[in-house]
Amino acid sequence: MDRRLDGNVAGGILGEIFPFEMTSAIATCATCGRTDPIGAFMAYASAIGTVLRCPCCDTALIRLARMKGRYWMDMRGVRTLQMSEHR
Amino acid sequence: MTITVERLDDGEVSPYLVDEVQVGDHLELRGPIGGYFVWKASLGGPLLLVGGGSGIVPLMAMLRHRRAVGSTVPARLLYSARSQEEVIYRGELGDLMRRNDGLLVTYTLTRQQPPGWTGYHRRIDEELLREVVWPAHDHPRAYICGPTQFVETAAMTLVALGYAPTIVKTERFGPTGGG
Repeated sequence: MDRRLDGNVAGGILGEIFPFEMTSAIATCATCGRTDPIGAFMAYASAIGTVLRCPCCDTALIRLARMKGRYWMDMRGVRTLQMSEHR
Repeated sequence: MTITVERLDDGEVSPYLVDEVQVGDHLELRGPIGGYFVWKASLGGPLLLVGGGSGIVPLMAMLRHRRAVGSTVPARLLYSARSQEEVIYRGELGDLMRRNDGLLVTYTLTRQQPPGWTGYHRRIDEELLREVVWPAHDHPRAYICGPTQFVETAAMTLVALGYAPTIVKTERFGPTGGG
């Protein structure tokens, strides 16, 4: 089933982890350097978690899961993350 | 506050909201979540909104905001629905159009059309978008919401028509739904 969505869909869980509005936080892909708001990246959502991918090179920027009361984040695909200090 | 829910038989939440929730129930809300797929009048325009099925919902929030602040930013809405009965907010969209404040609403009814229908009756394609949307040299801000396939067709076509990918914002809601 096609579960390709937009980065917006990760706004809820990212908002539980970070004190910022994260869909407009700007991420740079560690592989190709694409720099865009999180909302502009692709998201693949499933029961076990969400993967944010680069629409240019398909690198997984962020893998997110919530298991047994803990959040897990693998962010090796993100070179930098910028967010506004004005919340 | 108003929320709009389309009931999907295999949905995780919508059957509960439509069938189970009763007047007087207490709900706990969080949000609003997300600052990306958002248009504010201060961003200017012209504004292009393309909605498929219940993808109209966040676009309607933008049009209500536009009305609430008295904005006259030129706006075009292209709304693809299966039939006239499935058009959400039909009356309100008619009211918004009659304000004559720079909003044009175009429908395409993809499965069933009422008698005498002279509007579009096919899924969106390049020719249809070319006829309806702002030309790229007007530097519009574009927001597309709908089923994944609908959104991707619309977004790729707008880029092919010269829209810069960075001004085309998308919100896919997955494989289900109309349009």
